[in-house]
Amino acid sequence: MFESLSSRFEGVLKRVRGKGRLSAEDVEDFLGEFRLALLDADVHLAVVRTFQDRIRERAVGSEVSGALNPGQQVVKIVLEELTAVLGGETHRLSYASKPPTVVLLAGLQGAGKTTTAAKLARWFKTQGRNPMLIGADLQRPAAVEQLQTLAERIDVPVFSDPTDSVSVARAGLAEARRLGRDVVICDTAGRLAIDDDLMDELVGVAEVLEPHHTLLVVDAMVGQDAVKTAESFHARLGLDAVVLTKLDGDARGGAALSIKEVLGRPIAFASTGETLDDFELFHPDRLASRILGMGDVETLIERAEETFEQVEAEAAASRLLDGSFTLNDFLDQLKALRKMGPISDIMGMVPGMAHQMKGVEADVDERRIDRIEGIIHSMTPSERANPDVIDGSRRARIAAGSGTKPNEINQLVRQFREMRKMMKQMGGKSQGAKGRRKGRKTRGSRTTVGGSVPIDKKKGLSLPGLGDAEGAGSFPVDLGS
Amino acid sequence: MGLRSHLSRARGALSSHLVSIRAAGIVEERTWRDLEDALLLADVGAKTTDELLSEARERFERNDEVDVEGLLGILKSVLIERLGVTDRSLATGGEPSVWLFVGVNGAGKTTTIGKVGSREVAAGLQVVFAAGDTFRAAAADQLATWADRVGSPLVRGAENADPSSVIFDAVEHAAARGADLVLADTAGRFHTKSNLMDELAKVRRVAEKGSGTVTETLLVIDATTGQNGLVQARQFAEVVEVTGIVLTKLDGSARGGIVVAVQEDIGIPVKLVGVGEGGDDLVEFDPVDFVDALFGVTAEI
Repeated sequence: MFESLSSRFEGVLKRVRGKGRLSAEDVEDFLGEFRLALLDADVHLAVVRTFQDRIRERAVGSEVSGALNPGQQVVKIVLEELTAVLGGETHRLSYASKPPTVVLLAGLQGAGKTTTAAKLARWFKTQGRNPMLIGADLQRPAAVEQLQTLAERIDVPVFSDPTDSVSVARAGLAEARRLGRDVVICDTAGRLAIDDDLMDELVGVAEVLEPHHTLLVVDAMVGQDAVKTAESFHARLGLDAVVLTKLDGDARGGAALSIKEVLGRPIAFASTGETLDDFELFHPDRLASRILGMGDVETLIERAEETFEQVEAEAAASRLLDGSFTLNDFLDQLKALRKMGPISDIMGMVPGMAHQMKGVEADVDERRIDRIEGIIHSMTPSERANPDVIDGSRRARIAAGSGTKPNEINQLVRQFREMRKMMKQMGGKSQGAKGRRKGRKTRGSRTTVGGSVPIDKKKGLSLPGLGDAEGAGSFPVDLGS
Repeated sequence: MGLRSHLSRARGALSSHLVSIRAAGIVEERTWRDLEDALLLADVGAKTTDELLSEARERFERNDEVDVEGLLGILKSVLIERLGVTDRSLATGGEPSVWLFVGVNGAGKTTTIGKVGSREVAAGLQVVFAAGDTFRAAAADQLATWADRVGSPLVRGAENADPSSVIFDAVEHAAARGADLVLADTAGRFHTKSNLMDELAKVRRVAEKGSGTVTETLLVIDATTGQNGLVQARQFAEVVEVTGIVLTKLDGSARGGIVVAVQEDIGIPVKLVGVGEGGDDLVEFDPVDFVDALFGVTAEI
């Protein structure tokens, strides 16, 4: 039922194809589809309106002209506006110059605070810190036991006391100082923003702790109410950032986008699974893809970039284009592709493919690729460089060596020749394309939604280390959107 | 106490849309847009909102109604009709009966079971709690606290024990004691995880292996849930024949509008509503009160 934006746009794109200029009506058609996609993804109504206005302003104006056809132009604007809000750098938590760095977690019931507390503690450990947990949720039965059980698994101490949450916070902080822990994470009871008594209590906890980072824990499945909730917590506590939980379901997480747009507070972490290490720094523009149903393109690109050896790839690319591409190069490409993971996974990350692959058990037969590798491995270096030398007896030897049939070798060689011929023709057409990186080819596909639209690659996606002991509570990243 | 009185706090947050709709006094194009906003903000969803409004509009034009109150009345009755006159009672009749509680993580299953237990014990039933959430740390402890409060036995297994066997044991325990009802907790799981959904199907099967009968399978949905709630309901219904919805946390400002689509698309009625953390903060679902609260209509009453 949740169509991706690209499939929603398809119909409108088809209709406006070939038009020289878009009417205001055409633009409204796009905006209508855009609105539905965002609402289905739980983006807040007010935020949807803001987007629509910005896009309308740009699309109906003078920008619609130039190299792209008008339909593509609108798609480009839509993507640019979305990435402008969600994009930007991964948020980094700073450390207090005078430890411990105190992190306070707050949120509604069931958002995932206790699990997040433990996951966060584990994450700080991986950063070389010595965290301690404070269990100040004395409301929910066995919440402290839950925190203790999780903390045992990651070998992090927990402080709690069956008194009241403000006293627990005070005593917990003193205990952390005594033990010399450099990070303190305080779990609190879930509460409704409209519950004044409980909000007062939370403010009391915050006054005692003077947290450097107050994080709102938000469930990715939450609907239109998310913004109001975040605003209420922000008004009482002053939020610094958001932790988005339960992204391992299929909720689109549009509420998180809305919170960022309305409060101007970044999403610092995302929780993506049930085990304690399913927790990572949040990559804002990946959520844009998720909301629009574009596939997790950034992940794909990153994996590709990790895997492809750039120099090799460039050399292979130039050989590919001048026709001197060999079976060895082909084998390298196959291996690099497979290093990225199972073929079916990779397909799922390609925009538009996730949908097509649904239900179909990976059309790409991994075993077929095994056989191709086997065949090439059974060839001599000269055969790999020049398959034309393969005659009947060589073919029989290769078939025996790879456990295949001679006609499979014929087939491979034939396909390889055709591919090389085709590449050579392409190479002749686009001289400038020589030396293009393989990785960039993948990147090109990222920008394609219903047409070919280039958008700027967002920088700053690399996993950041942590900022040094900067001013406590300050965020080095632009907080506005 | 009924749903209405429990929602008084939530109703305090009267939708500003409704204020402006009423202030205008007459129905104009803007009124329709405001109504649309109110429904969307209540998480009714774009598709269902469109359907509701076009039906209301048709009736409105046919009836020559001119004032806003008349229109609101029409829209409310469209909604109430869609929520149906389905039977919302909870079935018993097994020896013992088993009520299975399922849902995604953090929906409020364990708390709901505690409250249902408190209610059924008060109604005179002999209840046994089954701590079938063997995955989440201390989930059994949480349920044990509720069992103590209510004064009913709890059957629990080791951490990471097979949930099917824990629930099976609880059913046998209940049968041996002649108890009426087993309230079975399950671990929160995402409908997208096929191995966990298979596990749930097995839990459902094994619960009936002994002398018990599963008479209710209740899907617990958080009222703050957005459009994903519909997908959840569909997937859970496919795997375990869900017989009803428990809508939790309706005491906040969230309106739980997703259940309108759930009822209509999947035909699963909301049976119970959770409105707080106390043992008696659980009420039967009332479509009229719910629809009123959806708009904040009765705030001034």
